[in-house]
Amino acid sequence: MDFLYEISWSPYLVGILIGLLNLLGMIVSDKPLGASTSFLKLSGAIIGIFNKGKVASNEYYQKNKPSLDWGMMMVFGIIIGAFISSSLSGDFELLRIPNMWSSEISSSFTLRFIGAVVGGIFLGIGARWANGCTSGHGISGTSQLSILSWVAAGAFFVGGIATAFLIYGI
Amino acid sequence: MEYRGDEMDKYYENKKLQLIIGLFIGIVFGFLLQKGGVTKYDVIVGQLRLTDFTVIKIIFSAIITTMLGIGLLYKRGLIKVETKSGSVKNSIIGGLLFGIGFGLLGYCPGTIAGAIGNGYVDAMTGGFIGILAGTAIYAFMHPTLRIKGIIKDDKYSEYNIFNNYKGNIFTTHCKMKLN
Repeated sequence: MDFLYEISWSPYLVGILIGLLNLLGMIVSDKPLGASTSFLKLSGAIIGIFNKGKVASNEYYQKNKPSLDWGMMMVFGIIIGAFISSSLSGDFELLRIPNMWSSEISSSFTLRFIGAVVGGIFLGIGARWANGCTSGHGISGTSQLSILSWVAAGAFFVGGIATAFLIYGI
Repeated sequence: MEYRGDEMDKYYENKKLQLIIGLFIGIVFGFLLQKGGVTKYDVIVGQLRLTDFTVIKIIFSAIITTMLGIGLLYKRGLIKVETKSGSVKNSIIGGLLFGIGFGLLGYCPGTIAGAIGNGYVDAMTGGFIGILAGTAIYAFMHPTLRIKGIIKDDKYSEYNIFNNYKGNIFTTHCKMKLN
């Protein structure tokens, strides 16, 4: 079982295994992989603590009821799975700022924090506007040969590549 | 092709069982994401800067595997293929907004959960708060976007080649088998 302790596996092997996992989810749960809806539901649950009526009267939260479901458990599982994997290999690290950011942009945590918040806001709005994220559109939708998913996945990378080059230069 | 997996419905409706399965699938997914290195900002942004192609290698291997699997399982009626609704226009607008966030944050909704498990503090704090805020902002934008007619499904909504293309080799093959 030495392979469980390795820091990294071949990206092709990882991709194939994620594909098989995706198929398993479709068979046993009728659910392809997808993560962004769970963030929406969690945001609804949190806002609901402070103002129940605001969430209950919102049509989008009515369609995506903030309750503990398959997708939320899956996202929670991702945290656990990544923790197990990184702990086994010794790759777990409480890192405040990613190495690339700290060496090329700034070693200020405040700046990285603000960048992450703003980035997260764009990511959250975009994911719901496009009705999916890198997993929902990028892996599940594209493999169902969905036209919208191929368009969205293309836009994810066009926007992402343009932003990365704006931040880091050519 | 008619879906024939009705015997599976009782499992789909078992809520407790589904929660456990969701957790299990998430744990394996997170384990794989971490082993693939895509819980790391440097790997994801390396892809966007076109210096590290790990992300694309993983995504395309996953797409090809899932696609082949769907081809085999769909033809046997073992899975449903339900495609997302929306429109080309909104896939582009939403996709580009997502892309800006992807480049700035360096994680996406699935991999940020992995980054949290990996111990990355920027993901646990700013990134997590930001995504929650973003989805909430969208929820409150949604009524306006709908009333103004911006969010409207087009003819490609729920359209996929597996279900909708008449000459599909999978459906043709299937009919031949049934006859």
